[in-house]
Amino acid sequence: MSTFLGMPSLPVFGTGNLHATESFPKAARHELNNAQLRANLGHATHTIRDKRLKVVSELPDWEQLRDAGSAIKESVMARLPELLEQFEANFTARGGIIHWARDADEANRIVAGLIRDTGETEVVKVKSMATQEIGLNEYLEEQGIAAYETDLAELIVQLDHDKPSHILVPAIHKNRTEIRDIFLREMPGADPELTDEPAVLAMAARAHLRRKFLTAKVAVSGANFALADSGTLAVVESEGNGRMCLTLPETLITVMGVEKLLPTWQDLEVFMQLLPRSSTGERMNPYTSLWTGVTEGDGPQNVHLVLLDNGRSAALADEMGRSALHCIRCSACMNVCPVYERTGGHAYGSTYPGPIGAILSPLMTGIQAEENNSLPYASSLCGACYDACPVKINIPDILVHLRSVDVDSQRGKTKLPSQMDIGMKAASWALSSGKRLGLLEKGLPLGRLAAGPDRKITRLPGIAGGWTQSRDIPAPPAESFRSWWAKEHQKPDAEGMNKPSEDTGDQA
Amino acid sequence: MRIALFATCIVDAMYPRTARATVNILERLGHEVVFPSGQACCGQMHVNSGYLKEAVPVVANHVAAFDTEDYDVAVAPSGSCVASVKHQHPMVARSCGDTSLEARATAVGAKTYELSELLVDVLGVTDAGAQLGSYFPHRVTYHPSCHGMRLLRLGDRQPQLLRSVQGIDLAELPEADQCCGFGGTFSMKNADVSSAMLADKAANIESTGAALCAGGDASCLMHIGGGLSRQGSAVTTLHLAEILASTMEAPVSVTGEVRISAGKASR
Repeated sequence: MSTFLGMPSLPVFGTGNLHATESFPKAARHELNNAQLRANLGHATHTIRDKRLKVVSELPDWEQLRDAGSAIKESVMARLPELLEQFEANFTARGGIIHWARDADEANRIVAGLIRDTGETEVVKVKSMATQEIGLNEYLEEQGIAAYETDLAELIVQLDHDKPSHILVPAIHKNRTEIRDIFLREMPGADPELTDEPAVLAMAARAHLRRKFLTAKVAVSGANFALADSGTLAVVESEGNGRMCLTLPETLITVMGVEKLLPTWQDLEVFMQLLPRSSTGERMNPYTSLWTGVTEGDGPQNVHLVLLDNGRSAALADEMGRSALHCIRCSACMNVCPVYERTGGHAYGSTYPGPIGAILSPLMTGIQAEENNSLPYASSLCGACYDACPVKINIPDILVHLRSVDVDSQRGKTKLPSQMDIGMKAASWALSSGKRLGLLEKGLPLGRLAAGPDRKITRLPGIAGGWTQSRDIPAPPAESFRSWWAKEHQKPDAEGMNKPSEDTGDQA
Repeated sequence: MRIALFATCIVDAMYPRTARATVNILERLGHEVVFPSGQACCGQMHVNSGYLKEAVPVVANHVAAFDTEDYDVAVAPSGSCVASVKHQHPMVARSCGDTSLEARATAVGAKTYELSELLVDVLGVTDAGAQLGSYFPHRVTYHPSCHGMRLLRLGDRQPQLLRSVQGIDLAELPEADQCCGFGGTFSMKNADVSSAMLADKAANIESTGAALCAGGDASCLMHIGGGLSRQGSAVTTLHLAEILASTMEAPVSVTGEVRISAGKASR
């Protein structure tokens, strides 16, 4: 049943929902204009942020746990082929069936084929990033198969025909009144008297979902971890919908990225401490389900796993970027990101938004895919994401690396150089010599002149106009420090002792 | 101690008073300040914008200017530029395969300090009022810039120094650890997002009732100050070096153009 892909000579880039379809600055502009969205996001991210900080500060060995998580993932990436084969042998020995998928299309076709083999036309789904990434629901719909999301937030998004905007809290951009309206409009049999009380909304969803759980014969899931030494899969969740899907149906099909492997059961200990605290700000998540192949007479009797590459090998081949594959999809980086907080997840286009998405998406698709080269610039490099990451992915460094991959990929093309290209070349010349910079600084009085009597510059041309859209620039000084130093500053006297200054020199 | 000043390009060209204040403080403590004249810029704008190739000559120039035995330690009034010198320069040298430049860049980085780091860790300044005569009778809030906070781990060195200035009324800034939205060319490439971040920072600063916002990085202060100016706010920004340099005899004015009493110190 299984075939190993071997090492392709060229990187096989990821396909599916991994692309920004318009550049980040453009997409961000629409989202920034949505005041309700910004209010919802600001409230939600701050709440999760505070919860995370509280539970993280409880652990005296948090930094050591992060180091351990990072080291385990690094070792997994270094011996991925070997661990995958070990996992496959163990999973197969316990009655599971492995399928290998090179990209989104292959994975979708495999899953649809497996469902078709059961004769069913409906499946229930556990929340899964991998199936969002490959666009499974849309593909199944084309094939006449209805896929029902059972995670509450995923259900809300699906009923609203919307897209998730956060990897953990997909409906983070909606408030409870908006959710009530969606239920009234889209949920069959919803009580017309439905209020926007969270408990009432949860009960409505529960009644709706219970019918699906009890009738579904096939479930589709993702997985948070796969343990190579036993062939075990793990799903970590909060609502219990996952447990229903993983235990009630006859057939269980899991789609999982190849990077989710852990070498041993024992390694789970580290990640079960890191993940809940980083994602929901809980010490422990309510439901952890682990399954190893088929158990006769108990649970699903047909157990499949689709191992998905979809650009992961390409990311692994990038020495500077490969640690992005350490990601355990906790979403801590987006919850602390000042850019994500203001634009929301849709601005990133890809299934993976926020800081991790800004590196992961272009690493998996290649920098030149659609508008993905705009993603690494969607950061002020403030570094909050790196501090929050439970597996210590140095996101700012990888962002900078991918910017240089982007700039280098444009070099030597016949296109005209951009304003940025010209500016950077000129600045490189001017700023690589104290003499040249000193000469240019002789022109500071001109800037002073341009600033005029109110001593500020309020409008600049070209890309610099981005600055002056919301900020002034003060009038430059009459003289640079360098020039003042050469003219005015005296060498200390022979004893090397300086006395306090009494001079009230004026720079202006 | 013989201290080499790395003024940084933005301070050299736009805020010479910050460099003069830095010289003033160090000389007041009895140290000799030298200014390696070959210096220009740390090159982080190039690195952070993806122009690694163009960053190489800028980095090489900085290393050449500071790779001498002529001083004990180097100092810059900027967390961001010092972080670049320490963390980015060896990486840039590696990217072009220049192992000699990498080794020299690492050595220069090892003896380069951010101003508050030098004052607190090396020169033992714990009470600016007593040791420097710093006097600044104004209500001030303080923004910790991201690179000083997260790359250099400056912790509370800067606010501690400010707190020890005589007469100062230091107001806590809500959400202080949030980025102001500058991010170098980010402020132009993603001007809308950057402006949204700046608006929140400005509102938080206004909420403190402070007359000005202090910080350790001229670039962030130019960004925040530029936003406040555009909104017609009366609040301005000021580098902490200038607050530390301010004394009862030679106070720094917070309205109008700031004057610094620096220089000719040894006559």
